[in-house]
Amino acid sequence: MLYIPCPHCGLRNETEFHYGAESGVAYPEPNTLTDSEWAHYLHIRANPKGWLAERWVHFAGCGRWFNLWRNTITHEIGPAYLPFTKQPKSPDNSGQEGSKA
Amino acid sequence: MKKVTFSFDDKRYKGLLGEPMAAALLRSGLLSITKSTYHGRPRGVVGLGVEEPNALVQLVSGTMESMRPATVIEVAEGLAASSLTGVGSLPDIPENARYDKTNRYVDVLVIGAGLAGLRAAEAHLLAGREVLLIDDQPAPGGHLRHLGLDLPSDLRDLLTHKKLTYLSRCTATGLYDQNYVVAIERRSDHLGSAAPVNSARIRVWHIRADQIVLAPGAFQRPLIFANNDLPGVMLSHAAATYVAVHGVRLFKRAVVATVDNQGYRDALRLHQSGVKVQGIYDARAEAKGSSVEASRAAGIPIRFRATVLDVAANKKGACQRVTLQDLDTNETYKISADLLAISGGWTPIVDLATHIGIKPQWSEEHAAFLVNHNTEQLRTVGMLAGDFGDDEHPAVFFGPVLDDEQARRAYIDLQRDTTLHDLRRAVGAGLHSIEHIKRYTTIGTAHDQGKTSGMITIGALCQLNGFAQGGKSSLSPAQVGTLSFRPPYVPVPFAALAGRERGLLSDPIRITPIHQWHKEAGAIFEDVGQWKRPWYFPKSGESMEDAVRRECVAARTGVAMMDASTLGKIDIQGADAAVFLDRIYTNLFSTLPEGQCRYGLMCKTDGIVFDDGVTTRLGKNHFLMTTTTGGAARVLGWLEEWLQTEWPDLKVYCTSVTEHISTIALVGPKSRQLLQALVTDIDLSKEAFPFMHSRMGTIDSIAVRIARISFSGELAFEINVEYGHARYIWERLWSLGQPYDLTAYGTETMHVLRAEKGYIIVGQDTDGTQTPHDLNMSWIVSKKKEFIGKRSFQLPYLKATGRHQLVGLLPEDGSEVIPEGAYITLLNAPTDEHGKTSHIGFVTSSYYSPTLGRAFALALVADGLNRMGEVVDIPIGKKVLRANICDAVFLDKENIKSQL
Repeated sequence: MLYIPCPHCGLRNETEFHYGAESGVAYPEPNTLTDSEWAHYLHIRANPKGWLAERWVHFAGCGRWFNLWRNTITHEIGPAYLPFTKQPKSPDNSGQEGSKA
Repeated sequence: MKKVTFSFDDKRYKGLLGEPMAAALLRSGLLSITKSTYHGRPRGVVGLGVEEPNALVQLVSGTMESMRPATVIEVAEGLAASSLTGVGSLPDIPENARYDKTNRYVDVLVIGAGLAGLRAAEAHLLAGREVLLIDDQPAPGGHLRHLGLDLPSDLRDLLTHKKLTYLSRCTATGLYDQNYVVAIERRSDHLGSAAPVNSARIRVWHIRADQIVLAPGAFQRPLIFANNDLPGVMLSHAAATYVAVHGVRLFKRAVVATVDNQGYRDALRLHQSGVKVQGIYDARAEAKGSSVEASRAAGIPIRFRATVLDVAANKKGACQRVTLQDLDTNETYKISADLLAISGGWTPIVDLATHIGIKPQWSEEHAAFLVNHNTEQLRTVGMLAGDFGDDEHPAVFFGPVLDDEQARRAYIDLQRDTTLHDLRRAVGAGLHSIEHIKRYTTIGTAHDQGKTSGMITIGALCQLNGFAQGGKSSLSPAQVGTLSFRPPYVPVPFAALAGRERGLLSDPIRITPIHQWHKEAGAIFEDVGQWKRPWYFPKSGESMEDAVRRECVAARTGVAMMDASTLGKIDIQGADAAVFLDRIYTNLFSTLPEGQCRYGLMCKTDGIVFDDGVTTRLGKNHFLMTTTTGGAARVLGWLEEWLQTEWPDLKVYCTSVTEHISTIALVGPKSRQLLQALVTDIDLSKEAFPFMHSRMGTIDSIAVRIARISFSGELAFEINVEYGHARYIWERLWSLGQPYDLTAYGTETMHVLRAEKGYIIVGQDTDGTQTPHDLNMSWIVSKKKEFIGKRSFQLPYLKATGRHQLVGLLPEDGSEVIPEGAYITLLNAPTDEHGKTSHIGFVTSSYYSPTLGRAFALALVADGLNRMGEVVDIPIGKKVLRANICDAVFLDKENIKSQL
């Protein structure tokens, strides 16, 4: 049971949240993309071993979306941050791809 | 201690309150408790606690819980149990005991109240932290209790510390991410018939701790030899405890086979309790330590490099004679004994640590897998961390050397009746991974999850795999594999997990403000998500079919009304509300004039229809969206996701108002006449109040909003009113409507009416693969603007032919209602060599229409919009129905009636 730091409500159990996959995948300008690029936007998300910046929503709490660093192997939780704010470095400082939003 | 009487297999036994049932049975002379699952062999008590693989019983008193080890059941007045073989049974009576759950956040959680756990708790308490200490035994002390010793006085005092919560009979069943522990506390079974009725029998604890200290201790492991399953073959620590602490006088002569000094300590306890210990047979070449010296001084014969090979049974099938072998000369010799106490080393309880992925490390010195973990969050102490005590001479770890015949009688998993022979066959079949071997042999898959069998399997595999890999004598356990477990550590009754969320409390029930009226009117209800909705309103003697036909006729020819309060309703306000809706819906909403309504369809980014409903513009920057009854939360979440994560610049605020506003649909040609009698401040005429318009007004000075929305295709009015007034309005309509033969109708009639008009229900007439075009709703897809999902319509697979499209179906036999979900095939479709036919679609909605005087259906059919007029087959069992594909709108194709 992950213990997730909602930026608005503090630490809460995973069961209060819904998962939103990789963060930072901005909605593209649809008509500038080829079919293949659009399909990539629709269906492909990063799922690396290790640290990943993800989207979560505290649906059973404040209802707000936020971003969160999480290690997909160890399940360690890193810093959470609000959408459209500066992304903190990943906890291992790898500077891996993450949120633009 | 208080004496009590309990029964086992219908015989009465005496015991001491709180002692393990296994101890009481042994003291009464009952050695053989059950028969084994598959081989039917007599079996007795082996261990001391939850590791027990044999002595499972079925409780026949109290809650009649099944498959409980007799080693952990506490004897109490009124306790009754029976033996069981392998499989328990659930009682026929309902489970009436109480169960509850609780949450706890704490500085430190210590799991295990043995010496190591108590010392850890002490240190944290001294540092000022709050400590929760849980332990599965009735009292603290761990192995001290097995030795019959009291706690040191300083630790006794510790238990009353004000920052300590100590829970006995509380077993941690799982360790999860971020220091989350689930534990079950058995609170009243030990009280027997004196248990208070109102207290929860089991409490489930959900614990989150800043730090967890794991002090679970260890299980003694057995040895593998022929007939090692006979009653009278016991783990030495268990045997010595039953004899020395619980006063079991069943055994006269014992043999101890050991690989460590524990065998000596237990031999001494047996000896001191009057059992003649005929010898300690130690597989090691030598042994040092105080217990070895003491055994020698007590005159117990000791032989090194010797172990047990086989056991012969007496007439009752219990241990009678032990065959031992000299490991250097292979010479064998036989000794009579009614107790064979075996000590195969210690297996620290790594279970919880492995739940979160920690890999135990092999320690040659301990002949055991250990977990040495010391972080801020999690620390291991005691035997799990390798603290085996002072008097320890290293154990050896070795596999058995048995011939084929002996291997068939040498049990590894007593509960599963799996033998060394089975293990050899698995390796012979080419299996090397312990995970594969477990599944192939079923070792470790019984209720005890391999607590005693896991390590000896690894021991035997070291040997077998060693041979398999080029004749080396053996591999180290570290090379063979490690132990890993999944929760729960012990079986957990489902009733405990359910807690109080059973029956009526298993899921919230949502009712409308008019619910009580529906009940009084005799409505039959159906569940729509959590909602209770009237399904139909039968008059006395009416079948469902009769009632639905009557309700349909009333709506089409007179006037009828339905409680539509469950419709999802979202209030959307803000300067950018119209812009936002333009992006969400496939059609335009910014052009919608104030006071008017428009049907809208929304898609996900992949172009697939997601929800639909009518949205009304209440003001320039104010909309009221309706959603499907089941989709309300989903849609609100969808709107919020876009507003928060993509378009934070839009000033839009969404609020769920489903339970603020109640909706009554008044339907039928006479609806205007009836409603006009009640509403004096709105002109309901066609000219003053056209279709898809909304007006504010009052009924008996209660504010209402009336909208000309029709989900039936008839002239209809939806009356929206604040929740608390809904029943009043309903009843006013009802009494006023009697001269018009006003008829209440339910969801079934609603479905017939909407299906006759080809109105879809998202999720019933769609299966998550339909675009608006597939639903023949291209008319609602704007070409002028961008909206979510639009780009996807250009993708080749959404433009391809052969997609499932919504059509109507008219069965050739108009009296035959096709079952929903039925597959549709081509006419006289050929069958393949297996007699199978491929389908081209399926029926999504199917009803009898009193208005059409025949059955009809909606269906999703491959390329269906190009198959108008085609005749298709619908195989139902051995029967084949025949139907014509037609347009999905069966009535009033020009939509004249709703606009009257």
